[in-house]
Amino acid sequence: MAQLSYREAVAAAMAQEMRKDPNIVFLGEDVAAAGGVFKATVGLLDEFGPTRVRDMPISEQAILGATMGAAMTGLRPIAEIMFSDFLAVCWDLVANEIAKMRYMTNGQVNLPLVIRAGNGGGARFGAQHSQSVENWAMAIPGIKVVAPSNAADVKGLLAASIQDPDPVLFFEQKSMYGLKCDVPEGDYVLPLGQANISREGSDVTIVALAAMVPKALKAAEILQDKHGLSCEVIDLRTLVPLDTKSIIESVTKTGRLVTVEENPRLCGWGAEIASIAAEELFWNLDAPIMRITTPHIPLASVDKLEDLMIPSVDRIVDVVSEMD
Amino acid sequence: MAKSTEKAGSSGKYPLDKSQQLELYRIMAECRALQQRAHDLFMQNLVKGTTHLGLGQEAIASAFGLAMRKDDYTFCTYRGHNHTYVRGITMTSVLGEIMGRDCGLLRGKGGSMHLTSVENGAMGSYAIIGAHMPIAAGAAWSAQYRGTEQAAVCFFGDGTTNIGAFHEAINHAAIWKLPVVYVCENNQYMEYTAIRDVTAVENPAADRASAYGLESILVDGNDAELMYETAMTALDKARSGGGPSLIEASTYRHFGHSRADPGKYRPDEEVAEWIARDPLPAYRSKLLSVGIDESELAAIDANTESMIDQATEEATNSPPPPDEIAFTDVWADGGAAWRN
Repeated sequence: MAQLSYREAVAAAMAQEMRKDPNIVFLGEDVAAAGGVFKATVGLLDEFGPTRVRDMPISEQAILGATMGAAMTGLRPIAEIMFSDFLAVCWDLVANEIAKMRYMTNGQVNLPLVIRAGNGGGARFGAQHSQSVENWAMAIPGIKVVAPSNAADVKGLLAASIQDPDPVLFFEQKSMYGLKCDVPEGDYVLPLGQANISREGSDVTIVALAAMVPKALKAAEILQDKHGLSCEVIDLRTLVPLDTKSIIESVTKTGRLVTVEENPRLCGWGAEIASIAAEELFWNLDAPIMRITTPHIPLASVDKLEDLMIPSVDRIVDVVSEMD
Repeated sequence: MAKSTEKAGSSGKYPLDKSQQLELYRIMAECRALQQRAHDLFMQNLVKGTTHLGLGQEAIASAFGLAMRKDDYTFCTYRGHNHTYVRGITMTSVLGEIMGRDCGLLRGKGGSMHLTSVENGAMGSYAIIGAHMPIAAGAAWSAQYRGTEQAAVCFFGDGTTNIGAFHEAINHAAIWKLPVVYVCENNQYMEYTAIRDVTAVENPAADRASAYGLESILVDGNDAELMYETAMTALDKARSGGGPSLIEASTYRHFGHSRADPGKYRPDEEVAEWIARDPLPAYRSKLLSVGIDESELAAIDANTESMIDQATEEATNSPPPPDEIAFTDVWADGGAAWRN
């Protein structure tokens, strides 16, 4: 085990896969010489050279178009869209082209590609550089959606995304780039579509994603210590494919379900999970399903107001302790 | 108003021999028959959804079809029947697709606007204006990276020159010197509006070329042999590392924008003028004038007619696709599951 930061794990996973397959190429804005504005791709240009690691102009449609065209003709490209908010300027490529091409062509087109994007709030960047847009992505059939909560998962899930034969939107949590944890050395790949039980418990199931996972874990500690509640925390890791089996098993055991989502409330991923639980676990539930989300409001820039919006440890503790 | 770019004349660098001339005529005649039959089937209420016909614009796709290497890539728009057909697919697969039959190229999952044949290098027909411009650059990047000397050819309409993806893609292709040929088929109308009424320059593609350090190329898109020469020049440049080309070929669609459009916004005299410049009879006359025997052209015409009749029969007799294919090929594993 080595201690790596979340950002170092991004470069580690890309290097791990690029060493194995010369058809993996990487492009984005400021990603090569500068190593990325979040410094998540430092060292890749030096190791793999300028034909595989390439800077692009501020042209997100050109970036994702090139990514798609390269993927359909034999390469396995990785694209960086600096901030996930910028997906809005190239969403045609994601939603209309990349996601639908295989289906529309009756299975003729392969698109083994990864779109990495810095996602989420907490950096005080304001409403256009702080959004959690994973629910945009999961609304489109044909795109896999991954959002890791720690450096070890970044390495294993990004490696899996690069190896995957389908297009993957890989959301990196901007506020977590500096956080370190033990990361397995050597070749490390995690399966897509398998949630992680981050903490076992018997009273309440808390389902979380990305930056909400450490908050849910902290809340679970407090809930145990102060309220005597045993919380099971599920880190979803991927939204598509969705590991409903782990959720169903957990809620069958606990009888209570809470989701913690950074995305704004309407049509957040927790609504889909609540709907599955309502349809399939209704007779196992001992309490109403609760969703903790950012309110349906654009994010403010100033720290005081941003912190008021994004789900906090205190909000999780309050909601869970008042269930029943 | 920018100064009108002068249309290019023949350089004589890529003369066609007789067999190539007959081949070019054959491809054009087959495209024409296919487009006319698609129209007729629509009028008989046998076509599902919409169709966008390239009747009148066949010389451009046909010339590129003849000029391209088998392993080159093409990208085209929803008006893409000609461009896909010239890569080597059957008439039956096109008619079947627009009629929603199981014999269709995509078994009815794509429809008229999405004809694709990866095995023939026809990498898709794109129904969102401009989307395929950067995708074609990506295929060209892939060819450049793999060192295969393949080229990507991207066909688009005049309306595409006013969308952002056009500019992003051509800038990208220019800075990376990508082996891609961008071909603007200027049929004078973006949907129902004259392109000159909504564009800041007179020649929507050619007058933009200099912004990306590219040569301004303006050609008569109804002159089949000139189009062939233009295609060969650009393809050779792409293969030899010379980077992208941006070609503007002027042409005209004989029908409206789509099945819903009778095209009444176009002045009668303008339509008449362009019908008089129809590329297919023009090329037929040219071949007769250079000494090709009428009987050879008549044989091609007859064969084309029997092909389209047979394709119509095959497509008409094909059943609709089975229900189960609605649930296949969302993912590479062939399925559509999003949860376990």
